[in-house]
Amino acid sequence: MSLVSPLNTINIHQLNKSYEEPKAGNIHYIIKDVDLVIRDGEFLVLLGPSGCGKSTLLNMIAGFVAKSGGQLTIGGREVDRPGKDRAVVFQQADSSLFPWLTVRENVEFGLKMKRTPRKKRQEISDHYLAMVNLAGHEDKFPRELSGGMKQRVQLARVLSNDPAILLMDEPFGALDAMTRRSMQKELSTIWRQTHKTVIFVTHDIQEALLLGQRIAVMSAGPASQITDIYEVPFSYPRDVTSSDFLRLDQQIQSHFDESLGGHL
Amino acid sequence: MNMLRKKWAILVLLWVAGLAIWQLAALAYGPEIVPGPIDTWKGAQELLSDGSLVQYIGISFYRVFVGWTLGSLLAIPIGLAIGTLPAIRVFAEPFLNFIRFIPPIAFITLFLVWFGIGEQSKIALIMYATLFIVVMNTFTGVLSVEEDKIRSARSMGASEWQILLHVIIPATTPFIFTGIRLAMGTSYMAIIGAEMIAANEGVGFLIWNSRLFFRTDWIFVGLISLGLMGFSTDRLVGWLGRKLLYRYGIVSSGPLKR
Repeated sequence: MSLVSPLNTINIHQLNKSYEEPKAGNIHYIIKDVDLVIRDGEFLVLLGPSGCGKSTLLNMIAGFVAKSGGQLTIGGREVDRPGKDRAVVFQQADSSLFPWLTVRENVEFGLKMKRTPRKKRQEISDHYLAMVNLAGHEDKFPRELSGGMKQRVQLARVLSNDPAILLMDEPFGALDAMTRRSMQKELSTIWRQTHKTVIFVTHDIQEALLLGQRIAVMSAGPASQITDIYEVPFSYPRDVTSSDFLRLDQQIQSHFDESLGGHL
Repeated sequence: MNMLRKKWAILVLLWVAGLAIWQLAALAYGPEIVPGPIDTWKGAQELLSDGSLVQYIGISFYRVFVGWTLGSLLAIPIGLAIGTLPAIRVFAEPFLNFIRFIPPIAFITLFLVWFGIGEQSKIALIMYATLFIVVMNTFTGVLSVEEDKIRSARSMGASEWQILLHVIIPATTPFIFTGIRLAMGTSYMAIIGAEMIAANEGVGFLIWNSRLFFRTDWIFVGLISLGLMGFSTDRLVGWLGRKLLYRYGIVSSGPLKR
């Protein structure tokens, strides 16, 4: 169904997001002339300093934010609204999960909306709850879970809708370092199992290198652009202590140091 | 366990001290000005023996319950509409902020003219007292639903109608609940006012009518009945909320703190 097919290539060409100052009429660009092609089944990381507009770009791909100019297509179709082909994992699980639903009910939400029969729903939610290691927590409410577990619920919730594209907006940014590392490993494993396209936003270079096949580096805003794209040649699972890994980490770090000066 | 016993001991002591001060005040000023606990108890027994107190409490409670229920049922959809539809909100908000400063009691005469001297005018008054609090709370709740919740539902394929039903209403439930719980308080205030001015029964009537016989002890009985009625309904509503709406995050234990 949503397995690797050329139907879901994301084409971004000269994409702008701008707003006009109410009185002065000056036009401010959040992102300007962004060019990017995201291949089917690829794990692409959007890396950039805070406030550079990477979340804006992600929200535009999600269909939450309208573009101001340029082209944004998925499989040739214009993106103008959210769609079931794309699923979003938000940074804050607390604001995106439904606290009145149990873990299982959260995971089954999308299926229930399209009236999947109960038995089928349970089958699917069992499958993805097991995949994100939440078996045994089905009947808990989100408020009874830790931050890492909540993000697992979010992940299972979007996976159960079988989207072709996963859009992740700094999903592990609020987690402690140890939880973050294990979530990164699990996400990487899940991606390799499911072959979905993942667009992952972060400002953490190590996280980007650990997860991404390619890393698109965005310049500091305003009028942010994608300045470089790094291919990450390492196989999975990756070793953060290998010398090649550290060298690439250094290279990207110095790239930021040069281009940003005091921005980071 | 020990802490609990200590808490109870203090509570009992406070009650005893309160009653003692009340009795002392009664002795100092005389039973006509301040009827003491014993006189009040005797007055209560008089009113209980002819069944009038129970009947008055029953009728006041009935009016509050019917008006409050109808008012809430009317207010919730209005609040949801105002919250979800900006076009309605633009017109409704200034109007709401104008009318919510007019207390229900100010409407008594008009409601008597419009709805007659019977039960209708009283129930209409309670509905009015309930309506605005619940409307305001409901639409405030709708406006504070996190954008991420709506966005995630939308990207999981929920229609606008499904978003209202499965996201906005459940997310707003704690606000609605707070609204109807607060409205219970204003409903009691409104019904007492209405019964004082235009009724032949009810706790408000008892309090007002007792002045004719200079039965200040009956007034005390009325006041205490009101307090107990409010206290017990608030506890009941709170308990029901915790039992039925636990999953919506209604976990407050005691009565509302204002």
